[in-house]
Amino acid sequence: MRRSADDRLFRLTTGAFAAMVLVIVVGIGIELTRQSMLSIQKFGWSFWTGRTWDPVAGEFGALPFIWGTLYSSLLALLLSAPIALGIAIFISELSPRFLRQPLAYLTDLLAAIPSIVYGLWGIFVLVPIVRKLELLTPEPLRRLPLFHGPPLGVGMGTAALILAVMVVPFSSSVAREILKNVPSAQREAAYALGATRWEAIKVAIGYGKTGIIGAIMLGLGRALGETMAVTMVIGNNPQVSLSLFTPQYTMAAVIANEFTEAADELYLHALIEIGLLLFVITIVVNLASRLLIWSTKKRAAELVVLASPATKEEIAA
Amino acid sequence: MTITIAMPSAPPGTAAVREIESGAAKISVRDFDFFYGSAQVLHGITLDIPDQQVTALIGPSGCGKTTFIRSINRMNDIIPEARAKGTITIDGRDIYAPGTDVVALRRRVGMVFQKSNPFPKSIFDNVAYGLRIGGLTDKRSLREHVEKSLIRAALWDEVKDRLDDSALALSGGQQQRLCIARALAVDPEILLMDEPASALDPTATTKIEELIWELKANYTIVIVTHNMQQAARVSDRTAFFMLGRVVEYSDTKTIFMNPKEKMTEDYVTGRFG
Amino acid sequence: MSARRRKTVSAIAEGLCAVAVILALLPLAFILFYVVKQGASALNWAFFTSMPKPVGEPGGGMGNAIVGTLILIGLAALFAVPIGCICGIHLAEYRDSRFSSVVRFAADVLNGVPSIVIGIFAYGLAVLPVKRFSAMAGGFALGLLMIPVVVRTTEELVRLVPSGLREGALALGASRSRAVFTVIVPAALPGILTGILVATARVAGETAPLLFTSFNNRFWSTNIAQPIASLTVQVFTYAISPYDDWHRQAWAGAFLLVMIILVLSIVARLAVRRLEQMNRP
Repeated sequence: MRRSADDRLFRLTTGAFAAMVLVIVVGIGIELTRQSMLSIQKFGWSFWTGRTWDPVAGEFGALPFIWGTLYSSLLALLLSAPIALGIAIFISELSPRFLRQPLAYLTDLLAAIPSIVYGLWGIFVLVPIVRKLELLTPEPLRRLPLFHGPPLGVGMGTAALILAVMVVPFSSSVAREILKNVPSAQREAAYALGATRWEAIKVAIGYGKTGIIGAIMLGLGRALGETMAVTMVIGNNPQVSLSLFTPQYTMAAVIANEFTEAADELYLHALIEIGLLLFVITIVVNLASRLLIWSTKKRAAELVVLASPATKEEIAA
Repeated sequence: MTITIAMPSAPPGTAAVREIESGAAKISVRDFDFFYGSAQVLHGITLDIPDQQVTALIGPSGCGKTTFIRSINRMNDIIPEARAKGTITIDGRDIYAPGTDVVALRRRVGMVFQKSNPFPKSIFDNVAYGLRIGGLTDKRSLREHVEKSLIRAALWDEVKDRLDDSALALSGGQQQRLCIARALAVDPEILLMDEPASALDPTATTKIEELIWELKANYTIVIVTHNMQQAARVSDRTAFFMLGRVVEYSDTKTIFMNPKEKMTEDYVTGRFG
Repeated sequence: MSARRRKTVSAIAEGLCAVAVILALLPLAFILFYVVKQGASALNWAFFTSMPKPVGEPGGGMGNAIVGTLILIGLAALFAVPIGCICGIHLAEYRDSRFSSVVRFAADVLNGVPSIVIGIFAYGLAVLPVKRFSAMAGGFALGLLMIPVVVRTTEELVRLVPSGLREGALALGASRSRAVFTVIVPAALPGILTGILVATARVAGETAPLLFTSFNNRFWSTNIAQPIASLTVQVFTYAISPYDDWHRQAWAGAFLLVMIILVLSIVARLAVRRLEQMNRP
């Protein structure tokens, strides 16, 4: 009897600590909502559709930031997804055995470099290079909406480029896991039918398709919330533009830059409301990606119990 | 991958000479050794596998029969550090000769695995896979081939109304016949079967065995099995493997009724293994 | 498609995969090269010991920021390690309970929350009520980021403890808590420490959540109720400034940061590998 009472106490106390994690997550949601009430009440939906951000005049429209965040993340994904997939394929299917570990470690290292270092490198090394490239862009191309604007070096294109490099390790490490878990019987079936190596790899990719999409979405989740590096190279100018050359702004960047300057409460609440939306979007994207990864892994590995991708990559990083 | 017993006076096509020696053999194996790294798993395998017959490979687990069958379509190439020595010739051509087109070889030598391994695609797409990677795109022609293969694999009647359903929704026995259909679709000459019924229930096993019996009219079939009754039922010839060597190879009837070797007798009468 | 064409396609595709690896490693090499080149040369003794000089005046260092970062990490660990470890132990001990899967899920969610949002949360809880930026608030923010990492690594590594050990203890009549604290935790301790290391490596480079929690401080301060300098925020401030000498120092700071994180993650990685080998029969 004593033993079971003791066990119950143990379960309850450790459970209380575990519950704190839950409380924190719910708390973030509540706190962000509470702290953005002024802005929510005052602007309602127009907050998300308004294009003017003029704190002095008390006018707050967050559309340019949402645009900047989504556009930069999608551009980054366009670059990072094929690269991440290529890395995952190379490491799990093509590379000689002795190179696998070192290559995996090196690519994961990209995730360990702090955002601020990416930013620093971005400002002083990448921006001048991009500016030169922009100057080299031929005139007819410059007339396209995609390449419109002054060749500053800072802007949407540079931000997307840095973001792409930053999210590659997240997508590739999960995609690698997924490919590793594709039963070799799948590849063998393809080989036995006279498939070339690439055709067999395509079969493996097809088998892990959902999980690989999940891996890429995990990268998207990272890109959406990335702050420092983007803040330092995107130019911080709220506008909705397709151009890679124009300075734009993201949700995370505006919070980072203006939070301490927010003199009045409405301004602060407007910024926190942006944070709230960022919170919601990243949760949705991360959950969707987890779900996809999890469903693939469940099918692929009935026996192998896998770590959550997050933990795996933290260890790897 | 050297030819160990090259005949001194042989013309450039050394293997062709051997083919004449072995008569109607579809597959001729001579002094075939196989290694994983430094471990030798096959020792001097020499046997001839006749055309349009079923040849069964039996033996205790770990005896090398699976490694051997996977050597016939060079499936072991995928495994790093695997190495072969000696020759396996198909229609007189050494498949381990340098410059052999492995992809083409595997289209001639189909394979069915121990566990059914359909792709997570529709039934139709599974059967059509080999055809499509081979470059066949014409819809009608694809349909005809798929239908023909499914009929040959005795699965057509069960799936003809749901070709677009996922292959994973089929029962285990159906999945295995689907894999056979998939292998047949690319029109191989040889069909290798690695314990194709070991994961199936008796009813499904019977179906597979009947199928093997029918298929041998058109194909050279090599089947690995750990089930001796099965070997006795379906095969014309049987090779008994033990510790990476062929102990005895003969007509199935001889192996089971009148084996020459003591070890074979012990094995087929169930005294070990 | 002819067989030759298919093989060519295969070779090209395989080649492109190798190119992808190079495309990812190139920026890595490029970044590390610059950080080392610009940073190592700017690093000197004064950098570690001196305070920042007033605007525009050359010289000075980041002594206060280095100490500040250490204090912030210490505070974060103080807050995150107990919660994270005990939570991780709970998840490992009651792995199949419904509650555990909800908590695990919450930890995953927390892990994906952008650090800037964590900063806002910490601001609302630890800055706004007292109307002052403080090292405590910064440590709190970093701690929130550490928790999910500590939770998942602890769970993972406690699970690695051979079940024979636990069952042995329980069979001897030990209660659950005794079994956990006398057998399982000691066996998992190296793993738990590794988890903390991994989590530290993750937060050591964080900037965004500190911008409006610990803020910055140009002066020497170890008071945790006051704003405090940190390497990352200092690098940020210097990087966007117009002064060459500050840029030089920003590189030095970045170099130091990268070194710290590299060492932490290499040590953690070696430790994880050893643990896995030890626990694998």
